[in-house]
Amino acid sequence: MDTDRERHRARETAFYLFTQQSLPACKPVLTPGWVIAIFLFMGVIFIPVGLVTLRASHCVVEIVDRYDIDCVPEPSRMDKVSYIQDDSIPKNCSRFMKVHKYMKAPIYIYYQLDNYYQNHRRYVKSRSDKQLLDGQKYHDTSYCQPVESNNNRPIVPCGLIAWSLFNDTFEFIREGAELKVNRKNIAWKSDRGHKFGKNVYPFNFQNGTLIGGGKLNPEIPLSDQEDLIVWMRTSALPSFRKLYGRIEEDLDVDDVVVVNLMNNYNTYSFGGKKKLVLSTSSWLGGKNDFLGHACVFVGCSSLTLAIIFVLLHALWRHELFTLEQEKLFRVIRTRSTYI
Amino acid sequence: MKRYVYINDNESSHELYCDNRISNRKYTVLNFLPKNLWEQFSRFMNQYFLLIACLQLWSLITPVNPASTWGPLIFIFAVSASKEAWDDYNRYLSDKKANEKLVWVVRQGIRKHIQAQDIHVGNIVWLRENDEVPCDLVLIGTSDPQGLCYVETAALDGETDLKTRVIPSACMGIDFELLHKIKGVIECPNPDKDITRFDANLRLFPPFIDNDVCPLTIKNTILQSCYLRNTEWACGVAVYTGNETKLGMSRGIPEPKLTAMDAMIDKLTGAIFVFQIVVVMVLGIAGNVWKDTEARKQWYVQYPIEGPWYELLVIPLRFELLCSIMIPISIKVSLDLVKSLYAKFIDWDTEMIDYETGIPSHATNTAISEDLGQVEYIMTDKTGTLTENRMIFRRCCISGVFYGNESGDALKDTKLLNAVAGSSPDVVQFLTVMAICNTVVPIKSKTGAISYKAQSQDEDALVNAAAQLHMVYANKTANILEIRFNGSVIKYEVLEILEFTSDRKRMSVVVKDCQNGKIVLLSKGADEAILPYAYVGQQTRTFIEAVEQYAQLGLRTLCLACRELREDEYQEWSLLFKEASSTLVDREWRIAEVCQRLEHDFEVLGVTAIEDRLQDGVPETIETLRKAGINFWMLTGDKQNTAIQIALSCNFISPEPKGQLLLIDGKTEDEVCRSLERVLLTMRITSSEPKDVAFVVDGWALEIALKHYRKAFTELAILSRTAICCRVTPSQKAQLVELLKSCDYRTLAIGDGGNDVRMIQQADIGVGISGREGLQAARAADYSIGKFRFLKRLILVHGRYSYNRTAFLSQYSFYKSLVICFIQIFFSFISGVSGTSLFNSVSLMAYNVFYTSVPVLVSVLDKDLSEGTVMQHPQILFYCQAGRLLNPSTFAGWFGRSLFHAIVVFVITIHAYAYEKSEMEELSMVALSGCIWLQAFVVALETNSFTILQHLAIWGNLVAFYVINWIFSAIPASGMYTIMFRLCRQLSYWITMSVSFTLSVF
Repeated sequence: MDTDRERHRARETAFYLFTQQSLPACKPVLTPGWVIAIFLFMGVIFIPVGLVTLRASHCVVEIVDRYDIDCVPEPSRMDKVSYIQDDSIPKNCSRFMKVHKYMKAPIYIYYQLDNYYQNHRRYVKSRSDKQLLDGQKYHDTSYCQPVESNNNRPIVPCGLIAWSLFNDTFEFIREGAELKVNRKNIAWKSDRGHKFGKNVYPFNFQNGTLIGGGKLNPEIPLSDQEDLIVWMRTSALPSFRKLYGRIEEDLDVDDVVVVNLMNNYNTYSFGGKKKLVLSTSSWLGGKNDFLGHACVFVGCSSLTLAIIFVLLHALWRHELFTLEQEKLFRVIRTRSTYI
Repeated sequence: MKRYVYINDNESSHELYCDNRISNRKYTVLNFLPKNLWEQFSRFMNQYFLLIACLQLWSLITPVNPASTWGPLIFIFAVSASKEAWDDYNRYLSDKKANEKLVWVVRQGIRKHIQAQDIHVGNIVWLRENDEVPCDLVLIGTSDPQGLCYVETAALDGETDLKTRVIPSACMGIDFELLHKIKGVIECPNPDKDITRFDANLRLFPPFIDNDVCPLTIKNTILQSCYLRNTEWACGVAVYTGNETKLGMSRGIPEPKLTAMDAMIDKLTGAIFVFQIVVVMVLGIAGNVWKDTEARKQWYVQYPIEGPWYELLVIPLRFELLCSIMIPISIKVSLDLVKSLYAKFIDWDTEMIDYETGIPSHATNTAISEDLGQVEYIMTDKTGTLTENRMIFRRCCISGVFYGNESGDALKDTKLLNAVAGSSPDVVQFLTVMAICNTVVPIKSKTGAISYKAQSQDEDALVNAAAQLHMVYANKTANILEIRFNGSVIKYEVLEILEFTSDRKRMSVVVKDCQNGKIVLLSKGADEAILPYAYVGQQTRTFIEAVEQYAQLGLRTLCLACRELREDEYQEWSLLFKEASSTLVDREWRIAEVCQRLEHDFEVLGVTAIEDRLQDGVPETIETLRKAGINFWMLTGDKQNTAIQIALSCNFISPEPKGQLLLIDGKTEDEVCRSLERVLLTMRITSSEPKDVAFVVDGWALEIALKHYRKAFTELAILSRTAICCRVTPSQKAQLVELLKSCDYRTLAIGDGGNDVRMIQQADIGVGISGREGLQAARAADYSIGKFRFLKRLILVHGRYSYNRTAFLSQYSFYKSLVICFIQIFFSFISGVSGTSLFNSVSLMAYNVFYTSVPVLVSVLDKDLSEGTVMQHPQILFYCQAGRLLNPSTFAGWFGRSLFHAIVVFVITIHAYAYEKSEMEELSMVALSGCIWLQAFVVALETNSFTILQHLAIWGNLVAFYVINWIFSAIPASGMYTIMFRLCRQLSYWITMSVSFTLSVF
């Protein structure tokens, strides 16, 4: 009796069931009813979500101004590269941006570069995270090739990315008065705190024969050089926006913002575009209709499919199989339908 | 080539032959690493991964940290190397135990206790009862005055009965004390692995001079790994030692079998490899063109004007490395893992335990379970496989009188009982042959009951039946047999035993009646080996009728005969026989020839009929498997009629008119040819009709057909779903298997005896039945089962599930690698075709060896249909047989799926995370989590039954992905510091995930 009971208990144990491949299992079978229900459900969920997302995107007000060509004086337009490389010519330029819709503070100022490959392999690898954190204490700058040292002394910060720092500057004037631009806290807090050293100062930077982009104030530690920190967060796409600062005043409709900018950065040699972007933000981030459209598309196609399935189901219903065949058939169908 | 063994000569042979150190090891401590690495690198996949890993050390071209390939590669190598090392260590331990065992060996004339490994060829080894034999010995003395001893050879051939071994005649009567000093030479062949032959000679030196060369056979030897039983002591001369023993020689490593699926996976891997090369070349060229036209203008990249000489190669090599993950490094490990689990499931299955004997099923070969699901032909033995191999004497025909026809049991037939009681001479003679014409050893227990140790089940049945008919074979001491009949004791002296061979198909003994000194030849054998040799004038009509009648009933028949020999005739023949027995070349053939001289002019006494019952469930099993589209061939050594009857009774073929049997026979080559063509013609005509057509062929016709008409026979084999081949030899069985294999069919051979071993080894899958004929077949086989009926479950349940699971697992492995690889390729188009990796090294490695490998492993628990459904509808197996789940077109489906999924993830990611959100680390994590979500979705969709483990693995893995990345995001030093926290706080991230997840459903 006892042995019988023990054996019975042994049979019940999970491991025994595992060895016999008979663990309790649920077998969801995708019957037409289920498939239709799932698609309907997806449609019902995604269309509203998409509409909400679209609305959020539409609420964002965005002013984009491409200035790279217009800021080159008419006579120099034939040879923009020599214009930009000539230090003797002043590079200042004024742009007018008209606000077409009320913009609520904070208004984010981005500069946008197009056709700029921050994700190029040579470029993206040319940096030394350790040096950025520890400064000259860290000697191995081999990652920074080809901009690792100058006159046999290391460069801080080294590497192509830092070397090519964006150096156009912008000033904003509304109705004759200067608009206050907050340029603090534009970089990630985590970067300022843990990636860029508080006691690391720029050294030997842009001292070579080839000058890339902007220069850095050697008095300010790297952790406070926020433009550099923003620039060093490389973009994965060849067209990207980077934060320049925030305007902390509301802009009204038909306000005209005058932008005085220094057009220093060379995008002319490779046909890149430079744009200035003023944008408010929503819970979604900046203006981006894609997600909303995608959601609506997914929702609509789910509904359409559901309807098609209902029709098909109704049409072919009379060709019912016996239960056994149906069972087998389902296996085959579930395998092939969704590939 | 011969070897000369000088008995007790301590010096001469030491250098010539190895000592008795047994070594089954593959490696030594020193050569383990190089040898194991060499073996692992002889596989293409490993070479490929090594090349990739080496290229990654070049930092100029590597897109990711070299650790992402070296890590998994070293892990995989370490796993298989440690498995090998562990196996080898266990072998070393067991070798050591055997080598250090103490044995008694004569050294300088004194018996000493030494370690088994120090035995040399020529040493005299002493054994006591129940000792294991340490090397191959030629017996020279035993405790038995007649020079007999008994050994158990189970470890060698799996047969559990006791075998008699005898000392050579030259050593007869040598005094116990003198055995230490014996000198002589044994001339024997070089070591081989044939455990049934030992054709050698022995010559003793003075003072033991014998004027004759004494022949030695396997009967005079005791082989390594046998046990000495029922004998107080025995001693022998070591002739083969160490790894050169018969056991050692037969120990080779069998060639690994490759399943059809493995071959397909290899082919697909090759295709992917080609695809990868094409992609690399296209991207490499595009990259170089882009570099020259665009990148040089981009001052911030600082491309040097003059690059090094290998500059053109740099970008293609980078892409090669970037695309190297297309061939999943984890697939081999995953497959090995699940395959051993399939094998374990077979071992564990309680429904395949033979409760009669308590033997569970066992998968010796753990690598070929998928092939079970793709079997197309089953070649089965008959005796012991389809039948129980438990012989029962049912009927007999003695001098024209049929016994047992009414009751079906001759032992209860009063007619026969009366005849026995009345001592009718014919019947007595018949029973005598039944009782003593055999090699059975009677063993008397303490209670006085007699049990028999027989090598053949037929002999066992005959002796037992004779005993029930009061002709009791009571005792055997040396050459003297004792028989009790109706209270009187009759003694016979056995003069010669003419052993059974499958060519002669009969066995005889020459005995001398101790009462009247008459010498009689007693024979039993197959009808065609006995009846044609009856003396002129004897009417054999009734016997032929009896044989036919019994065969119709599916009984096994044996004809019994005898002949009285004249003294001089025997003496003359005896010399010839002795000579033939001592030849070294073609001994078997010579003996057969000499035997022929004696075995003629028989007085046929009668026919016995022995029933061999079908095993339980055989007809149902065959019917089910035939419905599953598996073709059956029966290959048996038995007679045609018996084979056909058994075939009919186990649903092998249908009776007329539904079924039709076509015979291929003929006495000459031409007749066989014509008959073959006729059958082929009929077969072609009827192949469209729903008729069960089977052909029957016997060994003789088969020989001709295979030799001269191979093409026609092959066509016949393809056309015919069923065949019965009777009277075939073991090598013909193997040839038939090979024939079907050459037509690209998956074959399974099932058998139980030593004669099936070759067929089992030849077939794609060998199944052995651990039955009464020993374990030889089971040991050679890939799977051993207790009963034939378990074959159904083995194929329909284990084989089919294994096939389905591996089909999913392997294609999924490619799918997930392709998804991530396509994303990398797409990304390269927006990163200046420069070979930037979107994903960081840690993520890539974790994706390949962890996130995507773990969940899919639980697919070994997936069941698309319940076991019951499959058993009820065996037709489902067609799917597996035809390879519908893993072939180029299903693979193309998975390929397309991976392309589609990669496009969905990539496009959604780069659009949803455009402009100010396009930060590299964030974007790469979005794409990676998209892939993880998709793979969870794909596994879930492809899983048919969810057990708790599957839920755990699929959803747990998803959770683990986030937990692991949160941990990484919390480490300031890691590249993705705070990234995952940032993403998880964004609502747009979750919307992106759900959109890409849902879009891929379409």
